[in-house]
Amino acid sequence: MTLTHFFQHLANAVYLGSLYALIAIGYTMVYGILRLINFAHGELLIVGAFIAYYGILIFHLPWWLSFIIAIALGALVGMSLERVAYRPLRERGAPRISLLVSAIGASFFLQNLGLVIIGGRHKSFYRPPFFAQTLQLGDVTVMNFLFILPIITIIILGIVFLLVYRSKTGMAMRALAKDYPTARLMGININRIIAYTFALGSALAAIGGIMYALRYPAIHPLAGVLPGLKCFIAAVVGGIGNVPGAVLGGFILGMLEIMGIAFFPHLAGYRDAIAFIVLIIILSFKPTGLLGEQVVEKV
Amino acid sequence: MTKQRKLILLVGALIVSSFLIYANFFFDPYVLRILNLIAIYMSAALGLSLINGFTGQFSLGIAGFMAVGGYAASLLTLPISVKESIFFIRPLIWPFNSLELPFIVGILFAAVMTAIFSFLIGFPVLRLRGDYLAIATLGFSEVIRVVSTNTITITNGALGLKGIPAFTNIWWSFGFAGFSLFVIWRLINSSYGRAFKAIRDNEMAAEAMGIALFKNKLLAFVIGSTLAGIAGALLAHLLTAIDPAMFRFFLTFNVLLMIVLGGMGSITGAVLGATIVTFLFEFLRYLDSPMEWGFITIPGAPGLRMVIFSTLLIIMILFRRQGLMGDRELSLAWIEKSFSRIFHRRGGGNGNS
Repeated sequence: MTLTHFFQHLANAVYLGSLYALIAIGYTMVYGILRLINFAHGELLIVGAFIAYYGILIFHLPWWLSFIIAIALGALVGMSLERVAYRPLRERGAPRISLLVSAIGASFFLQNLGLVIIGGRHKSFYRPPFFAQTLQLGDVTVMNFLFILPIITIIILGIVFLLVYRSKTGMAMRALAKDYPTARLMGININRIIAYTFALGSALAAIGGIMYALRYPAIHPLAGVLPGLKCFIAAVVGGIGNVPGAVLGGFILGMLEIMGIAFFPHLAGYRDAIAFIVLIIILSFKPTGLLGEQVVEKV
Repeated sequence: MTKQRKLILLVGALIVSSFLIYANFFFDPYVLRILNLIAIYMSAALGLSLINGFTGQFSLGIAGFMAVGGYAASLLTLPISVKESIFFIRPLIWPFNSLELPFIVGILFAAVMTAIFSFLIGFPVLRLRGDYLAIATLGFSEVIRVVSTNTITITNGALGLKGIPAFTNIWWSFGFAGFSLFVIWRLINSSYGRAFKAIRDNEMAAEAMGIALFKNKLLAFVIGSTLAGIAGALLAHLLTAIDPAMFRFFLTFNVLLMIVLGGMGSITGAVLGATIVTFLFEFLRYLDSPMEWGFITIPGAPGLRMVIFSTLLIIMILFRRQGLMGDRELSLAWIEKSFSRIFHRRGGGNGNS
């Protein structure tokens, strides 16, 4: 492998890493508060991408407006999902496994609703010229968005940190993640805070979905499944419930996926298995993830 | 076992087998195929029910084990000539390319292979709990699928295996469903079964009572997965063609729906769930294809069936979390009681008149 190739792959790896990180943040926030694998998170990616796609195609909106609307509507879809599929169970004190089953059901529901409404054909996502321009850096040619996404990720990370650690809502979120009954006694409106968390996580998913669609412009109702799972794995690898951990996990996974295939091209077919193998290794040696706290089980 | 119970069992077995004999000779192939599918899914659902429902270890890896079973059995039973013709990209590796064995050997091989696979996977994975376990088993299931897409010299890659002899008939599928039923029933009512349920209800309390957690979890996992593996082998010999895409998460979803619908801690529930879901899945097939009602033509919507099924799953979990049966069983004692109730009422009526 020449140095040029290496840098080309590195650029791709950083892109994929920050994409995973972005989506994993949403996963980890929802899990941190609800202790629920939101299986439908991957579908929220695709919901965001499709809203942006139709905003441009049907309503002829400028791409930036369409993207903003997609992010807002994505947040709305996430909130309604929580309202319909998770909140009733939570209020009845259902075991976590029931929530998981409901989440799996919601995920399949969104996938197949997408198939019914949109159809199974791949749609080609519009790449705004601003993103599609290529940049020549020495011998390495990269598209603009390859640089933009890591910057967006850093900005969003900053916003999320401010929200979680410097705002009242964020304080309530952290309190909820620790202890429900006590948080409620402190006058926190649990349902509202969970709805906010879902809105934030889903908005991040929608951004991730749009970025995913910019990178891989053939979108499809089922295209969110695999990135969704991988980002969950990224969140687990970093230590679920931990925002910096999600970023770390996302980058590790993105790097391994691109660099692993770059160094061992004959393993290209196993690309989708890498994330799962990493997951299994991490869980066997450090079940709470790289940055996760050790949870002591109480009787 | 009392004489009365033996009689009930005998009558039940007679009714079922005479129905099957009748079905085998008089039903058309399409209906027979659905019956076969029901029996195969019944075994898989019983296997998953043992892991998820009775032992409380939420596994989402059933599709992977069905794939292992399906491939293992088919590799032995495929006629050599067929093997030569379908492996045209790269030839099949040695031990399989010169073998053509009877179905029963294939089934046994499938059982052994899934047992080995589930042991190797269960060993690291069963230390995890709850949703971590769910995602790890799902991960392994996906890894199995990815590997089977890539190991072209064994599985023929994405093309899959074709021309598998259609050995599965009503006797095999229902015979095995009956066998699974018997195994699970005996297991659940043994000391092992009580240990499984104790682990499900409270892991720490079970451990404090001296139950070897890991050993029991692994046992349930291996037995459940092996049943699913054999179900996969039967499925392969019913459909006569398998490929990796068949064993996606979708398949796990279906089996999960069956046990959630029927009731996660109930054998009767698994049987009922498998029957209802498989039947509905075929019955609602028309939803996915275009319809013509007089002069209105409704274009078919592929996926509409799954929308209905996923809605069913969500509604079930929201409003009747315990499923149709909960953890109750259709037991002999229950049958006896209801029979005697009917007879007594009639007897009392006669006495009065």
